[in-house]
Amino acid sequence: MEDGSQTQPKNEAADASRGRLPAWALGAIPLALIVAALAALLTVGGDTLGERLGPPVEEIAVERTVLRPGEIELTVRNTGPDPVTVAQLFVNDSYVDYTTTGNKIGRSGTETFTLDYPWQQDSPYLITLVSETGATTEHEIPVAVQTPTPDGGFYGLMALLGLYVGVIPVALGMLFLPFLRRVREHWIRFFMAVTIGLLGFLAIDAYLEGTEIAESGTGAFGGAELLFIGAGAAYLGLFALDRFLRDRGERAREAGASAFQLSLLVAIGIGLHNLGEGLAIGSAYAVGELALGAFLVFGFALHNTTEGLAIVAPLSAYRRPSLARLAALGLIAGGPAILGAFAGASAYNPELAALLIGVGIGAIVQVIVQLVPAIRDRVGRALYPASVAGILAGAAVLYTTGLLLAV
Amino acid sequence: MKLDRRQLLGGGALAAAGAFTALGPRGDRAVAQHAGAGHGMKGHGGGAHGGGANGATMRKGQTVDHHANGFNPTDLLRDFDEGTTRQLASGRTLREWEVVGADKEIEVAPGIKFPAWTFNGRVPGPTLRAREGERLRIRFVNGSAHPHTMHFHGIHRAEMDGVPEIGLGLIEPGKSAVYEFDAEPFGMHLYHCHVGPLAEHIARGMYGAFIVDPSQGREDADELVMMMNGFNTNFDAQGNQIYAINSVAFHYVNEPVRVKRGELVRIYLANILEYDPINSFHLHGNFFDFYPTGTRLEPADFTDTIGMVQGQRGILEVRFPHKGMFMFHAHKTEFADLGWMGFFEVV
Repeated sequence: MEDGSQTQPKNEAADASRGRLPAWALGAIPLALIVAALAALLTVGGDTLGERLGPPVEEIAVERTVLRPGEIELTVRNTGPDPVTVAQLFVNDSYVDYTTTGNKIGRSGTETFTLDYPWQQDSPYLITLVSETGATTEHEIPVAVQTPTPDGGFYGLMALLGLYVGVIPVALGMLFLPFLRRVREHWIRFFMAVTIGLLGFLAIDAYLEGTEIAESGTGAFGGAELLFIGAGAAYLGLFALDRFLRDRGERAREAGASAFQLSLLVAIGIGLHNLGEGLAIGSAYAVGELALGAFLVFGFALHNTTEGLAIVAPLSAYRRPSLARLAALGLIAGGPAILGAFAGASAYNPELAALLIGVGIGAIVQVIVQLVPAIRDRVGRALYPASVAGILAGAAVLYTTGLLLAV
Repeated sequence: MKLDRRQLLGGGALAAAGAFTALGPRGDRAVAQHAGAGHGMKGHGGGAHGGGANGATMRKGQTVDHHANGFNPTDLLRDFDEGTTRQLASGRTLREWEVVGADKEIEVAPGIKFPAWTFNGRVPGPTLRAREGERLRIRFVNGSAHPHTMHFHGIHRAEMDGVPEIGLGLIEPGKSAVYEFDAEPFGMHLYHCHVGPLAEHIARGMYGAFIVDPSQGREDADELVMMMNGFNTNFDAQGNQIYAINSVAFHYVNEPVRVKRGELVRIYLANILEYDPINSFHLHGNFFDFYPTGTRLEPADFTDTIGMVQGQRGILEVRFPHKGMFMFHAHKTEFADLGWMGFFEVV
């Protein structure tokens, strides 16, 4: 490079770096200092403040309960700042023999306790963990039911459950597509508004349920904030996905492509929601709280059929959706119910459930935002008598069909 | 193949093999199991009885550290403190004790520590024993960090009652005082701290037996002191987490009370349990004469179960006609399952 071609900024950069360190070093030095300072605080910093005022804080919580004939297995997590040693356990005011992976539970750690106790099917139990200082932590088993063992029959049952509550209802709802393709435009807008009402109700319902589930956890990994973390991640993730698809679409300019993308987003949103729903069903089954039977299947079918309608509503303007594409949309929306049921029944964890329900909420909110342009009338209004009626009708349908379900 | 303890226990071969079998179903634990009732049971197994359908037990294979506690409930049974005596000019006997208040952590079940307040570093405190009509002088030295008193059940002047604001009143930390009164009436009595909050001062362990023998004495017997007590380890004042005789849960299951067949056994029994309104004592396979408060020489009842409210006490007399293991426990069975259970081993 000739001297004369050097630009002003480069000269400035050269001035700035003359006799100085390279940029990476300027980044690395503070990083090294921070690490060293944190290490020093960790090793000696605590001593400068002295001991705490009170006794050690003993906070533990039962994270998972497994019931086998003659045995109760508890996974106990330390949710407090100090190590806790569990000395003895009693069940319904009777001390029991137990084996354990370790009595002393370190900070944030878990240990498993297996209690030798002749529990009875369908009975409630109160388990008390007594620490070495005599502090007690109670854990309630509302109804004792043998924990299902994850064998072939169990997975078959969960798959069937997921199929009933997820895939079949969604597929049934999608059967409205030919009807939607024939009705006039203002009716399409009305059905889109119904969809928004349905989804809005789902989001609120999921939020309320998710808050309850988050509070039932040990708190070691947080509570209700997990809902917001999941919702934020899903909302922004789907937003990015939508932008990505639009960028590609501008190049392709295929007629109706945006309509299919909208359907795909709705299907993904509903799929994420159904993942959480499957999780709730699976875990309710595992603890014996799910009344299996015709009513459950019928209720969910009625409830989730509306979700199928929401997926196909944007497709009414799409010329020829292939059967394969429709099947894919149905599977994306309904299939996760099966996965959720597996996860919920075999390794249920309230924190994970809260996170997944949050993901479902974020996805639904994103879908609502995507759908709003589709209900705008000729003068560009989103809210007018027909759309408001549609939104309220959608919410009402989910509310009434939801009354049939008691999960 | 994984061994199933239940299946093995159900097997006749095992029951015939003897009283004990150690099984290690996972390799990392050895479980001693009582194979069947009526086959006898070794006396010093350490958590030999119970587990699963066999009944309540603390975690198997563990015992409390009696050495660190400074007392073993087996020794407390027959530990009578008769103090020192000398003749007064009047010819009466003066009996004297020195009792020290001390704060001490004790292990009330394997692994569970309780910050106790004690008389002489033990719970229950020393069994003070005198004879009817003697002059008694008890010097109390308060080595605890809290004010205490010694309140005796018996007949005495108000100044000697060991309650706050009357007579000697509170004995502050580092201070001492002398309680003096006559030994009357004869019977099985109590002493305990009477400082407020009263329930806590008692529940922390400040109590003991106070026995006054009748002037003519009682028939020779194997004499035992049993204080039905408990520990509210989480201090919520709502019942207790540990129930026991002489403080250590299930102790006499691990170390049965050994007595001789046909010999008269006399039990000085008291209920000093806090936070529960009633306690009871039930003996298996035998009946006993019961003398409420021990103040009459004729038994008031011949039974195998008695109930006692807090502070109630009495004397039980029994001769065991059969050898073997005989359970005794609170017939408030919740207390039994939480530690108030033991065995007599009749040899």
